[in-house]
Amino acid sequence: MNLVSLARRRSPWIVHYNGSSCNGCAIEFFAALTPVYDLERFGVVNMGNPKHADIMVLTGGANYRSARVIRNLYHQIPDPKAVVAVGVCAGSSGIFHDCYYMLGGADQVIPVDVYVPGCAARPEAIIEGILLAADLTAGSDAGGKRHLKR
Amino acid sequence: MNLASWVIYTVLTVLGGVLAGGLLTGIDRKLTARLQNRVGPPLLQPFYDVVKLWNKDRIVVNPMQLLYAHTYLFFTAASLVLLVLGRDLLMILFVSAFASVALVLGGYSVDSPYSQIASQREMIQLAAAEPVLILAVVGAFLTTGDFTVSAIAGHPTPLLFSLPLVFLSLLLAVGIKLRKSPFDLSTVPHHAHQEVVRGVLTEFSGPYLALIEVGQWLELVFFLFFAGLFWATDLRLAVGLGLFTFFLELVVDNISARYTWSWLLKTAWVGGIGLAAVNIAWLYL
Repeated sequence: MNLVSLARRRSPWIVHYNGSSCNGCAIEFFAALTPVYDLERFGVVNMGNPKHADIMVLTGGANYRSARVIRNLYHQIPDPKAVVAVGVCAGSSGIFHDCYYMLGGADQVIPVDVYVPGCAARPEAIIEGILLAADLTAGSDAGGKRHLKR
Repeated sequence: MNLASWVIYTVLTVLGGVLAGGLLTGIDRKLTARLQNRVGPPLLQPFYDVVKLWNKDRIVVNPMQLLYAHTYLFFTAASLVLLVLGRDLLMILFVSAFASVALVLGGYSVDSPYSQIASQREMIQLAAAEPVLILAVVGAFLTTGDFTVSAIAGHPTPLLFSLPLVFLSLLLAVGIKLRKSPFDLSTVPHHAHQEVVRGVLTEFSGPYLALIEVGQWLELVFFLFFAGLFWATDLRLAVGLGLFTFFLELVVDNISARYTWSWLLKTAWVGGIGLAAVNIAWLYL
């Protein structure tokens, strides 16, 4: 493993967006950042700014209003980047499935790399999902190019 | 000194400054985590962050951003090199102020309201800290009769004995310059909490953010060096005083909430300038 992929694996910075959900997964995501789970021990910092982020954590599905925001945030993240869809809503719109305002899961709007199941997803599962996404960005330059291809 | 030794000194100072600054930032993050009952990131985390940022996609909002990111790094490095070479302390302070001005202009050069607000706050921080720092230099001059760092460091008695109150006000100014809580108005370097998103750094990304990050390490080493100058008679005590300053800022960072800008100005101008002025008046008596 070279130094660059090591650094990418050890330093995934996050931007989190809550598309259209009950907020349960968002709370579980923030629980993963608290001293109990301490995501920062893996170098993860919640940046709140897409321009500094490597990984986008999406909770909740995409609806007609939030699709524009999700797309905008995604395009502001510099490559290499990865997307983690947290919870069944972000995966397939879950309990909101077929509602008139829903587009579906987050993958209806942007390419998703890691799906974390659960309603709400457990913090342990969220941590594993984020670290998997970090490994994806570390996979040489393929992480970035893969997204460009899509 | 001839040209070759100048170049060697400069390269060694910048390399040493980057290594020491990165490690100190890592220690800062680890200890902060331990104070919050967390495990915290590894000691080398700041280096991982910078290597990662350096290898990210290059996105710029406008070309001026490039100029200001490089200017910031250049002037922080220049101020540290001048300090190590033992040059004029007033000149060194102005060079380090240029670095902050580069950050302010970088924030103003983009349309983001977060950057704009944070740039205004950074200017307030400058206005708060610079008079206190200049008074510290004036105090050093009145004690030693010289503005150059080499003469101040060569003074037979430590500056701390004649300028204790000036040193207290310097601790305040260093907190403001390093943007530690309660003075983290314009940007929060590496914490989970945010202030106007990422403050002046909001629109910098990838390698250009890495440049600023490295500049902040050099700035940290510069101000610890400055504090260490107050007990320059013994190298061990000078390093000890620098580290004491570092740990004090770290603890204060963790136990205090953020000031508003008006509180910042009141603290720096009444407390900082007041303490320094009393000390300097006492030197004259």
